[in-house]
Amino acid sequence: MTERLPGSSRGPARWAVYGSLLLGVLFFLLPAWFGLINAFKPLSEIQAGNVLGLPRSWTLLPWGEAWSNACTGAAACTGLSRYFIASLLVVVPSTIISTLWGCFNGYVLAKWRFRGADLVLFLMMFGIFMPAALFVFPLSLVFAKLQLSQSLAGLVVVHTLYSVPAALYFRNYFVGFPGELIKAARIDGAGLWTIFWRIVLPTAQPILVVVGTMQFTAIWNDFIFALVLAPSDQQLVTVGLNNLTNVQEDVPRYNVYMAAAVIAGAPTLLLYILAGKYFVRGLTAGAVKG
Amino acid sequence: MSSLSIRSVRKQFGSTTVLHGIDIEVAHGEFLILVGPSGCGKSTLLSMIAGLDGISEGEIAIDGRVVNTVGPKDRDIAMVFQSYALYPSMTVAENIAFAMEMRKVPKAERDAVVARVAKTLQIDPLLDRRPAQLSGGQRQRVAMGRALARDPKVFLFDEPLSNLDAKLRVEMRAEMKALHQRLKCTIVYVTHDQIEAMTLGDRIAVMKDGRVQQLGSPQDIYERPANLYVAGFMGSPTMNLLPVRLQINQGNWTIELCSDLGRSLLRLGPVKDASWEGREVILGLRAEHFSEASPEEAAALPVTVQMIEPTGADTYGYTEINDRRTALRLPPKRLHSAGQVLRLALDSAAACLFDPTTERRIEP
Repeated sequence: MTERLPGSSRGPARWAVYGSLLLGVLFFLLPAWFGLINAFKPLSEIQAGNVLGLPRSWTLLPWGEAWSNACTGAAACTGLSRYFIASLLVVVPSTIISTLWGCFNGYVLAKWRFRGADLVLFLMMFGIFMPAALFVFPLSLVFAKLQLSQSLAGLVVVHTLYSVPAALYFRNYFVGFPGELIKAARIDGAGLWTIFWRIVLPTAQPILVVVGTMQFTAIWNDFIFALVLAPSDQQLVTVGLNNLTNVQEDVPRYNVYMAAAVIAGAPTLLLYILAGKYFVRGLTAGAVKG
Repeated sequence: MSSLSIRSVRKQFGSTTVLHGIDIEVAHGEFLILVGPSGCGKSTLLSMIAGLDGISEGEIAIDGRVVNTVGPKDRDIAMVFQSYALYPSMTVAENIAFAMEMRKVPKAERDAVVARVAKTLQIDPLLDRRPAQLSGGQRQRVAMGRALARDPKVFLFDEPLSNLDAKLRVEMRAEMKALHQRLKCTIVYVTHDQIEAMTLGDRIAVMKDGRVQQLGSPQDIYERPANLYVAGFMGSPTMNLLPVRLQINQGNWTIELCSDLGRSLLRLGPVKDASWEGREVILGLRAEHFSEASPEEAAALPVTVQMIEPTGADTYGYTEINDRRTALRLPPKRLHSAGQVLRLALDSAAACLFDPTTERRIEP
């Protein structure tokens, strides 16, 4: 028999809580189910009306087509693969650079008081509320002037700069970092950089995972910068997915679209599954001492 | 030449002054205690010696070299923090060797020093562990080891025992004292615990409100406190401070003490400054300066004990003399219940007198 907390009820209120939770789960699971299950059906089955049920005949063809030879309106019909790779080329360096840079900035903001630190903090908060759309036009002008639209490096720069406010997560994490440790390290002869690298960074693993995951997701899912700033021959996966579904064909090939959508969402999903344990730990770290 | 000189040092944070001109000379091998309530400036002073805080005025010299503009790492000091401040991601050995690593000491030499220090502090089996795997006492030891490894001119301790439980604190206190006697190192030690101050220090600086109230040996400070603050701060229970009026009787000062049961005259030392006659002063007497009077002693003061606190070896009784709550220390045999009546004799030679307006000790 399981013990119950004194005072906890088993009445209708409890069922209402479970009921609404279940409803929430269904609401979020349905699109995922829809996408996943239809990617395994031949198109004819979907056209015949089997939209939510299991496939009567399973097939992997839509996956192959979505990955390597679906048409996206580009010169050759080569599927999502090259968009996917272009995205990785942007996302991996952007995530690593912006996360580590944010970590260092957060540490400086939290532990090394400097003139104007409060202003910097305020500006970062302000930056969080800036919609990306606001930057698109000025950025496209800058890109044109600097010839940055020729390569993906420009996008890496944009995402890194746009992610500067991520330092706030680190700052809030490091505010709880014991000041005596930094003092001890200063007496031992370590400077700002050595203290960060040797003493602060090794304790920051949970928050690194959290911010890294969020950065990866945000940059991977970015559509607006990718659409406007990427070189025309190296479009990213979000744009590719959009093009794939918008291309004028005789019939909409939902099974291929769904497979493409699942492929486009797979990296972030995978990351959450792998980092999930740390993610929860990092989000709650500092909430309770010890 | 002294190991550490603090000369007219002042510290201001904006418009608030936290240290008003501190002058302390610490000799080679001396164990100096800075003691005082929180906010008295003792930790700030230690930070300034370490170089973690700037000096607003005055100068600090370590081993004859003025270090006002020298960074913490070049001052040849080591510091032990209240939280121990062990680097969480490094093993014990790495913690101890970190300062040497920063100074680019060759690996073989570092290992030798770590081994020697570990042996001194008996932490050899812990060298491969991380701080999170250590108990409080072990962390404390490692923190001391880190300081010892530097072999500095001056050791700085910032309340190093206050995070330990009572029993361990007493053990570590004794160990620290033994270590100091063996190594003959110069130590500046900050604490708010007056028992630590008394037991550890060669000399004690009692601080309050950014000023040194008294600088002297533990015995000096205990027996001849410079002012009412020091008298009240040092010693447990604190010194009894009773208002009395000075009278001259046959060339000696005489005062009258009264309790709920009677009164008695107490003869103090010879008169040096007769201008104090008839003036109200404060008499300082410690609990151990009271004893039970023999039956034939006529001048004894009868009192009712209102409350007792047995501590094992001694029992403290509390009564009222001159309308002030007064602590008495007596053997447990003689003091066993509240409400008991006792006849008290006083050790007048140990009595201190204070001027109630300046609060300083006087010798009238």
